[in-house]
Amino acid sequence: MLNLRRYLKALNPKLMTPYLFVGDCLVLLASTLLVGYLFQTLWTNEHAAKVQIRLGDKIYASYSLNQQREIHIHGKLGDAVISIAQGKVRFAKSPCTMQYCVHQGWLSQAGQAAICLPNQISLELIGAAQPYDTLNY
Amino acid sequence: MKLTQIQTTAEDHRIAKLAAFAIALHLVEAVIPSPLPGVKPGIANIVTLYVLYQYGFATAAWVSILRVFASSLLLGQFLSPTFVLSLTGALLSLGMLWLAMRLPKKWFGPISLSVFAAFAHIAGQLIVVRLWLIPHVGVVYLVPVFALAALIFGMINGFITAKLLKHKSA
Repeated sequence: MLNLRRYLKALNPKLMTPYLFVGDCLVLLASTLLVGYLFQTLWTNEHAAKVQIRLGDKIYASYSLNQQREIHIHGKLGDAVISIAQGKVRFAKSPCTMQYCVHQGWLSQAGQAAICLPNQISLELIGAAQPYDTLNY
Repeated sequence: MKLTQIQTTAEDHRIAKLAAFAIALHLVEAVIPSPLPGVKPGIANIVTLYVLYQYGFATAAWVSILRVFASSLLLGQFLSPTFVLSLTGALLSLGMLWLAMRLPKKWFGPISLSVFAAFAHIAGQLIVVRLWLIPHVGVVYLVPVFALAALIFGMINGFITAKLLKHKSA
């Protein structure tokens, strides 16, 4: 009980004033807003608009992600199925042994990619601006 | 052979003593692991801020710069990228403090100054990183994280400084 009273006393704004002035509160508020703004502008990932499919060393086709469709492509090993639905895209079926491309699952952000090396088919999501594919530091 | 005696003043002794405090804090911080490289509390800046309030800007600048040089020598980082980052950060935050100390004392206390200095510190370091160490636009992805760290640690350091100053005056 005594401790609680002491805590409440410490929270009393009159006793806080030597630490936190009006200007300090404004500075903290402005800084918090600035940090929030930085996160918002620099960290938002863009939703992709299109998917670009490559077969071998050529661009096979580009499709909008707005329309639902299934694309059958004959790759080096056999037929692969790529499906587009609700702004997302995935490898639905692939004749490769490891199935890495299928396990990538649904992709929706610009810059994401699924690559099937054995079958030589890859798909890449494209937004308005080309984002970075890898970052390290 | 005649030895030349360097004349030292009381001011020099005070600077040396305060710089020693700052160096000790810097070294303590150097052994604390950080979850993200570059995110550090910067507790040595408490000394800089405290000195700024107690003895004025010139002493604070001496203490801060001496701290950067001496700790980098002790840690074996002298003239390494770490040292350059540390020096840039210290110089920019000193510049910021030089401006911020002109703010009305009635409204802006050590917490404001500490947050300003922390932002200046990280801004200087990120500029060096962008221009020299990692010349890639991808550095912008790190800006929000470092800004958040600067805000939090700047606030905490400012609070500690305020407490120390109050303790001193009381």
